[in-house]
Amino acid sequence: MLAIAERINGMFSNVKKAIIKRDPVPIQDLARRQAEAGASFIDLNVGTAVADQVEAMRWLVEVTQEATKTPLSIDSQKLEVVKAGLEAAKTPALINSCKGQPEDLEIYVPLALKYNASLICLTMDKRGIPQDIDGRVEIAANIVSAAVEHGLEPSRLFIDPVLFPINVDQKQPGYMLEVFRQIRYISDPPPHINVGLSNLSQGTKERSLVNRTFLTMAIAAGLDSAVMDVLDKDLMYAAICAEMLMNKQIYSDSFLKVVRS
Amino acid sequence: MEIPNIVERWSGEVTEVTLGATKEEGGTRKKIIKLGGANCIPYIDFEGCPGHRPVIAMDVLDIVPEEWPEVLLEPFKEVVSSPREWAKKCVEEYGADLICLKLDSVHPDKGNKSAEEAVKTVQSVLQAVEVPLIIWGCDDPRRDNEVMPRVSQAATGERCLLASATQDNYKTLAALCLADGHNLVTQAPVDVNIQKQVNILVTDTGFPVDRIVMFQTTGALGYGIEYVYSIQERERLAALSGDKWLALPILCNVGYESWRAKEAKARDEEAPGWGLARERGPLWETITAVTLLQSGADILRMLHPKAVKAVKKQIEALYTNNA
Repeated sequence: MLAIAERINGMFSNVKKAIIKRDPVPIQDLARRQAEAGASFIDLNVGTAVADQVEAMRWLVEVTQEATKTPLSIDSQKLEVVKAGLEAAKTPALINSCKGQPEDLEIYVPLALKYNASLICLTMDKRGIPQDIDGRVEIAANIVSAAVEHGLEPSRLFIDPVLFPINVDQKQPGYMLEVFRQIRYISDPPPHINVGLSNLSQGTKERSLVNRTFLTMAIAAGLDSAVMDVLDKDLMYAAICAEMLMNKQIYSDSFLKVVRS
Repeated sequence: MEIPNIVERWSGEVTEVTLGATKEEGGTRKKIIKLGGANCIPYIDFEGCPGHRPVIAMDVLDIVPEEWPEVLLEPFKEVVSSPREWAKKCVEEYGADLICLKLDSVHPDKGNKSAEEAVKTVQSVLQAVEVPLIIWGCDDPRRDNEVMPRVSQAATGERCLLASATQDNYKTLAALCLADGHNLVTQAPVDVNIQKQVNILVTDTGFPVDRIVMFQTTGALGYGIEYVYSIQERERLAALSGDKWLALPILCNVGYESWRAKEAKARDEEAPGWGLARERGPLWETITAVTLLQSGADILRMLHPKAVKAVKKQIEALYTNNA
């Protein structure tokens, strides 16, 4: 699966401090550790550390690229910040993220094409995030057709059906599994299916256990990408094992090591 | 109506492995062989690059084969006591792409000859032919661990292919191949999981992945060919899907396994209803080889010149028709 490493985010106080002081050391340390842990993308989110987010994103991209060759995920809700990140990135990046409504897709899909980037689209529109299965799948289908129309291949499109914290609505994880299954039938080949995994366990105890249990269930239902804590070894092992059990890789006694190397 | 494009695209590619080294590269071979490079299913090459052509290694033994049927012995009867002449005949007369020298004579039950004698044999064959060499131990781990270091050293720089490393006995041979610049056969008994594991273990010792050829052991037509076929097919599909631990060329021991079959070796008087032995045996070997080619085989170890000729023709046709 594609593991999008979440730790370089201005919400974390050490990252926030580093961004304010423009201190590359903690950022590059996180970048290296996450790359070694098996990250497919390193997510960069400047958070609310500084007023000039555009400049902060450019700086983050530059210092991260000095530490690792792993592709970057440019994480912002602001178009200008995303553009600044894409411009600074040396290798094709991932845009995280845009809403699944036509007016946003009209901007972000061509943007992804222009920068040879991949794109995460959330199943939300003007009405917000549908709480049911059908509403999410409907938006997902609209996203896929908009992407295909513009010529963005499904292999570069990530549908994110938006995972809520478990203590907000406990029916949601079960719904999500069905959403994953249905998204897989929208196109052939299907788009990637992504979630922000750590959202699920916000405000709970046993966060790691909650995250990895859901992740294995989700992989069985077709999820193949997550913004997640790649430094959580148990979580990474659970993902690798789940994929092996789903016949995504051939078993060997060293199967845990193989994916990570 | 637009016809949908159903061409599959694969993300992986079979690693390229080179056998033999020229003078410039530190060896004495006039001919080198490249294997691998495929990035599509065998012979579905409108989906990608089929890679280098499969090659045929003809077996040369360092003892006179005692149990071979007459039909198989006949083409070699004047050379069986000289590995040097035998190898020459295979290359010059029968068109072998390379030679697989099988060091049976060091086996405790087949002569228990010394490492010095094995070294001499290897040197004489290297001098006699200009094609790359596979050097295959006697499959007795104790004797192989004694003999192969000497043999490997004697062929330093020739970039031979040494066989074979198993899950339980890989360290010596991997170290030798690394030190003396050879390639290595990793072997697993019709088991894709163990094959992957032995490849990982070998590379964990620092051995480069682009010097490994996989050997699943082989089953002949009627004797487990379907198991070997499906394992090799699964390996190749995994390779094309990006599993670098299985993205390696595949070797099959077609000749030896085919001629163990009673259908291949039975004499005319033993099986009057089965057709003439001189046709039947080579056909059995040919069909086994051609079938395994479809699963992605890269090196075929073969025996009978008639079968070699037929399979070479088939390889030619497979490549020409798809060009």
